[in-house]
Amino acid sequence: METSFAITGKGYVIIAADTTAARSIVKMKIDEDKIKTLSPHLLMAYSGEPGDTLQFAEYVERNIRLYQIRNLYPLRPAAAASWIRRTLADSLRSRSPYQVNLLVGGYDEATHSPSLHWIDYLGTSVEVPFGAHGYGSYFALSLLDRYHNPEASLEEGLDTLRRCINEVSKRLVVSPGKYKVKVVDKDGTREVEL
Amino acid sequence: MNSLVDRFASSSSNSIFNAKNLHVVDEDDCSDGAWGSQAGFGSLAKGVPSFEVPAVPDPSAFLRLHTDDHADPSCRIKIQHGTTTLAFRFKGGVIVAVDSRATAGSYVASGTVKKVIEINPYLLGTMAGGAADCQYWETYLGMHCRLHELRNRERISVSAASKYLSNLVYGYKGMGLSMGTMICGWDKTGPAVFYVDSDGTRLKGDLFSVGSGSTFAYGVLDQGYRWDMSDEEAQELGRRSIYAAGHRDAFSGNTVNLYHVKEEGWQFIGNYDISQLHYDGPGNVAGSPGHGYGYETRVGGLSSANPPAVEAQA
Repeated sequence: METSFAITGKGYVIIAADTTAARSIVKMKIDEDKIKTLSPHLLMAYSGEPGDTLQFAEYVERNIRLYQIRNLYPLRPAAAASWIRRTLADSLRSRSPYQVNLLVGGYDEATHSPSLHWIDYLGTSVEVPFGAHGYGSYFALSLLDRYHNPEASLEEGLDTLRRCINEVSKRLVVSPGKYKVKVVDKDGTREVEL
Repeated sequence: MNSLVDRFASSSSNSIFNAKNLHVVDEDDCSDGAWGSQAGFGSLAKGVPSFEVPAVPDPSAFLRLHTDDHADPSCRIKIQHGTTTLAFRFKGGVIVAVDSRATAGSYVASGTVKKVIEINPYLLGTMAGGAADCQYWETYLGMHCRLHELRNRERISVSAASKYLSNLVYGYKGMGLSMGTMICGWDKTGPAVFYVDSDGTRLKGDLFSVGSGSTFAYGVLDQGYRWDMSDEEAQELGRRSIYAAGHRDAFSGNTVNLYHVKEEGWQFIGNYDISQLHYDGPGNVAGSPGHGYGYETRVGGLSSANPPAVEAQA
């Protein structure tokens, strides 16, 4: 089942999402990228109802880009998360709400600090030091309560992420095979291999 | 005895007595010498006990109608479901740790439940699912473990005890029993843990967690587990794992009960308030980290901000 994790550390956010696209009991694709780069210092992992997920992610992506074109500067992570939350909250009361869960992680260049927002399809948004969506969260959150370190180096942060992935593949019945992992820090966004 | 009197009397007062009390168990099968005693057979003197069942064609369907079996949350009788229990084997024996919360739907019915059932000085059982089912059948198991000892002049193995329970609950399969239990102990083969549930599943293993909070406990337990832990480390891991579940799972919490099974039998280590573990830690006990388990307590003062060095100096 779909699982995503995000972890903040000293000056960075790591976001990981599994790469399977499933329909019913069938894996349709095993290398789907479910993390979008919204701006030079902003990442968003999305999961939920197939169809809604990509539609909503692209809608967000274009609007964040539009803001940057109009204003010549990008939205800061907290502002972007706020706009995304409001969009979801408006959608919730429409005839067909987007059923999308998000992890929005960015690096705020103004304060030199990483920022991570956990957002669900009901329009809940909360800034967290780490977050997870999907069945994986039931295993990873207790583990992160125990092992997460806000001042961890990138390599230590990746080690903690490996613990999460290891735990999920050990205990979850239908565990995802592969994960895509992206990092955002002062140098921008990039993909990393675990 | 009654049949003997009847044979020699034309009108027996005994037969009138019996006719009026047809449901009274006839004790004719005991010898006169044993009258009034149970001749050492304990509660088995009157045969294997059986249940009163509702006077309806299908008792288990009747039970399902009135208890919160998955489908219908609006029913009147709620059975305790939320729990976290764990047990693991390691070089120094078996650690058994459980929470103490009993919930009925969204209501916290009790915060002081004993979810470890002390079957005998060498065997522990844990309680998840129906509280009454676990308590009754594991106590009943204890009785049969004692009979095994008396008959065979040796303690029952953990394997045999767990199989007795598993066969017993399998006999009631589909009739509404609800239990997920770990039978833990020390026998000739050393420390042993068996998982037994009311489906009839029985598994031998090193590490199990059962209940709604089990995933949270597994997260901490799996990542901290090693076979060659010291006793202190193992006790701390059990405590920390139940805390994690008590913290994250709404249906688990209140306190942790911790047991350690060694070659000499089980030992109760302690009862720890989960809120106290969160803020202050377990106190002055073996394996204590010396501070609260809570995330905010643990990372207090740390920051992820990473300002450039020059700016920091300015």
